[in-house]
Amino acid sequence: MPSELYDVIIIGAGVVGSLIARALARYEARILLLDKASDVGEGTTKANTAIVHAGYDAKPGSLKAKLNVAGNALFDQVCGELDVAFERCGTYVVATSPEETATLHTLYERGRENGVPGLHLLSAEEMRRREPAITPHVAGALWAETGGIVDPFALCYAAAENAVTNGVRLLLETEAIGWLKEDHRIAGVITNRGLFRGRWFVIAAGLWADDLLHRAGLDGFAITPRKGEYFVLDREAAQQVRSVLFPCPTPISKGILVTRTIHGNVMLGPNAQDVTDKEDLRTTPEGLEEVMTGALKLVPGLERRHIIRTFAGLRATGNTGDFYIAQPPEAPGLIVLAGIESPGLTASPAIAEYVVEMLREAGLRLAERRDYNPIRKGTPRFADLSDAEREALIAQDPRWGRIICRCEMVTEAEVVAACHAPIPARTYDALKRRTRIGTGRCQGGFDTPLVLNIMARELGLSPLEITQKGGASRMVVRHTKDPLQGKEGER
Amino acid sequence: MKALSCDVLVIGGGPAGLAAAVSAREAGAEEIILLERNNELGGILPQCIHTGFGVRVFGQDLSGPEYAWRWIRRAREADLRLLSETMVLSLSPERRVIATNSRDGLLEISARAIVLAMGCRERPRGALSIPGTRPAGVYTAGTAQRLVNIEGYMPGERFVILGSGDIGMIMARRLTLEGATVVEVLEIQPYLSGLRRNLVQCIRDFGIPLSLCTTVTEVRGRDRVEAVVASQVDAQWRPIAGTERIIPCDTLLLSVGLIPENEISRMAGVPIDPVTGGPYVDQDFSTRLPGIYAAGNVVHVYDLVDDVTESALRAGRCAARFAQQGTKERGPGVRTEAGENVRYVVPHTLYAEALAEEPITLHLRVRQPIERAVRLEATLGGRVLASRRLRYVRPGEMASLVLPSEAAPHLAAAREGDALRIRVIA
Repeated sequence: MPSELYDVIIIGAGVVGSLIARALARYEARILLLDKASDVGEGTTKANTAIVHAGYDAKPGSLKAKLNVAGNALFDQVCGELDVAFERCGTYVVATSPEETATLHTLYERGRENGVPGLHLLSAEEMRRREPAITPHVAGALWAETGGIVDPFALCYAAAENAVTNGVRLLLETEAIGWLKEDHRIAGVITNRGLFRGRWFVIAAGLWADDLLHRAGLDGFAITPRKGEYFVLDREAAQQVRSVLFPCPTPISKGILVTRTIHGNVMLGPNAQDVTDKEDLRTTPEGLEEVMTGALKLVPGLERRHIIRTFAGLRATGNTGDFYIAQPPEAPGLIVLAGIESPGLTASPAIAEYVVEMLREAGLRLAERRDYNPIRKGTPRFADLSDAEREALIAQDPRWGRIICRCEMVTEAEVVAACHAPIPARTYDALKRRTRIGTGRCQGGFDTPLVLNIMARELGLSPLEITQKGGASRMVVRHTKDPLQGKEGER
Repeated sequence: MKALSCDVLVIGGGPAGLAAAVSAREAGAEEIILLERNNELGGILPQCIHTGFGVRVFGQDLSGPEYAWRWIRRAREADLRLLSETMVLSLSPERRVIATNSRDGLLEISARAIVLAMGCRERPRGALSIPGTRPAGVYTAGTAQRLVNIEGYMPGERFVILGSGDIGMIMARRLTLEGATVVEVLEIQPYLSGLRRNLVQCIRDFGIPLSLCTTVTEVRGRDRVEAVVASQVDAQWRPIAGTERIIPCDTLLLSVGLIPENEISRMAGVPIDPVTGGPYVDQDFSTRLPGIYAAGNVVHVYDLVDDVTESALRAGRCAARFAQQGTKERGPGVRTEAGENVRYVVPHTLYAEALAEEPITLHLRVRQPIERAVRLEATLGGRVLASRRLRYVRPGEMASLVLPSEAAPHLAAAREGDALRIRVIA
């Protein structure tokens, strides 16, 4: 039986793939979005620094520079349409010695060359006034007005949700394992769920982009996973950090920064360590120590007792030093996005438009849909509402009055809504990214048993089937002994 | 918004909140409201199905649910206004509370006096920054206890328990009885952090190995925990290279400390002691904000529920008196001070007038264990006001010292800046 023919199949539902899917959803086209994980955004999207960069870092003339600046400018619109938390709080590069102030000038000039608006060099005194907890060694700073902080998970699932409600088909737990070639052209992607035929294939597979290229017979591009480790601190620490503080950059990384997050926590990191395994998300004692040492250089008053979580993410670092976005002539039908490391999140809305233009130029007919709706409305967050708004919601549905996660003040209604969203939260981690449940200072200690029951009820599953993040990550493994039968519960 | 007012508002319906509310009623407070965020009263007790509760308060060795039930019944008889599944959203220093529940929407409650009784929470993995992967199967001991004892689900089959806190040791026994394997209990300190009786009854009686000076230095596993790496540590808790052992398991339980839950207290600006994690209190369990009292584990983490109840009885009674009489002008009082081998002392401040009325029990934790007879001593300006001999002192076991009413004149005569110094003499 011939399978359905898609116009575009996107492999990888991270922030880049999801925004491409959404950008294509405005046209009359059959779009398929695939991801091997149990949720969208399970790769680099879920573990990064969550910064919207101004654009002074990248080499002038590079794709990184161009798409960073263009992407940054799109954030207000995209986050507004998708109801994603975003704040242009400004970012600072902090010099801690007179030698480093020279770097600030270099960055300032580079930024101007890249077309970054709103860059200012600040005196040490001015920097101390703006961030009183900054190191006493501050020698000056570069302030980028357009820099900001965003909820990267939300940008990803909101874009994917908006794509899905506009007709894009999303298949999770669907892993691309090979290609079907016909007449020297890529004609299909082979997955664990069978073959999907299409006209165009967009590889937005992050760390795995080079593997998919190899399977198409293309060997030039290689990705090295570059690990970054992080600390998340309790909100109490946010009294010390108002915005985003970068140290002066090194050749391989923007350095270990101290940033307030969009949800009011403080985040420290990342370091940069090349690894070999694309799934190596281990934190290490040495790495964490390096991060803490680096962060303390910027804000010496940070306290370890405020640590609530550590994590690691992997940058998809390519071997060209720039984003690789191309249609390889050896494999017609493929559009490759590889090496999308920092500033990938910032660039992602611009990358999406760039890919649409590539497809259009390549001959994909793109007629605007009349019923396209760019607006996606998220579920309100009880914690962010006024008392009057809270009252109104509780009056409509009493589940708004039942708090499940006490640290982040998440209600039962929010959990239920996430279980029935256009892309339902089917794992604990997916729920966590959508509602912030379990992300506070108790880290799920109180909510987990409650959430297991609510998720099971809403998804029509047994708590035994609920996983933390898909696969074998079950949260509970069997019933306790039956006191009447005296034997172990069913496994 | 629905508006309520009351004499005494108790936040939290665990053992501390229940006792405080009951005793506020006995002390004559009229309108008493108790707010509980869970759907049942009793706090953590309903999931504590082991015994060891109530030996001092009731003269009987009860299970957690039985102990809770006795206080719930008293609270019902006391005709309190009990609001369950009600969460406090804010508290102001003027003692106005905004709370929410499914039935009433938002509630604004003005109280003449408030008793904070929110209890404590467990320290999670992140607080320890244990390196490694982040798979399913890492739980705090209390979360596992709720899953097993209330929900009826096993979080795993093969457990390593990090930390020799009481809940961890009790869970080691419980999980073994449920047919799971507890491979080992690890404790980073050179001594137990929980009660000795739990070591005997929950660990040794079941042949479970306990390794001191050992911690988890890596969690392994992609989806589910597959193993942990355990390492010995030196006196500064630094892992010693070459001592790593891989322990295959599917679950890591953490019993690594409890933290008083004072988020609501902080909202009102109640000053918090960084050592205990709870409010600074005087002998009446009054915080430094007039009319706001604190009871039980919200002040500092007790070992025994009986101590929680006794402290809360006093807090509730004093809160009722405040509701009836209001603030009395009084001086700064006499500060208590942690001396040799004492980590902290509660209460933080004492008033001679209160001591004259009745003796005051000082609770303290020591820094280092001493496994032989020692003397506990409270001195003020070189004069010994109370002293007591103890067969041993252990950080995991709270010590107490009663200050007799006869010492009140000395307290009254104390000069400004003088502190009552409590120390352990080896």
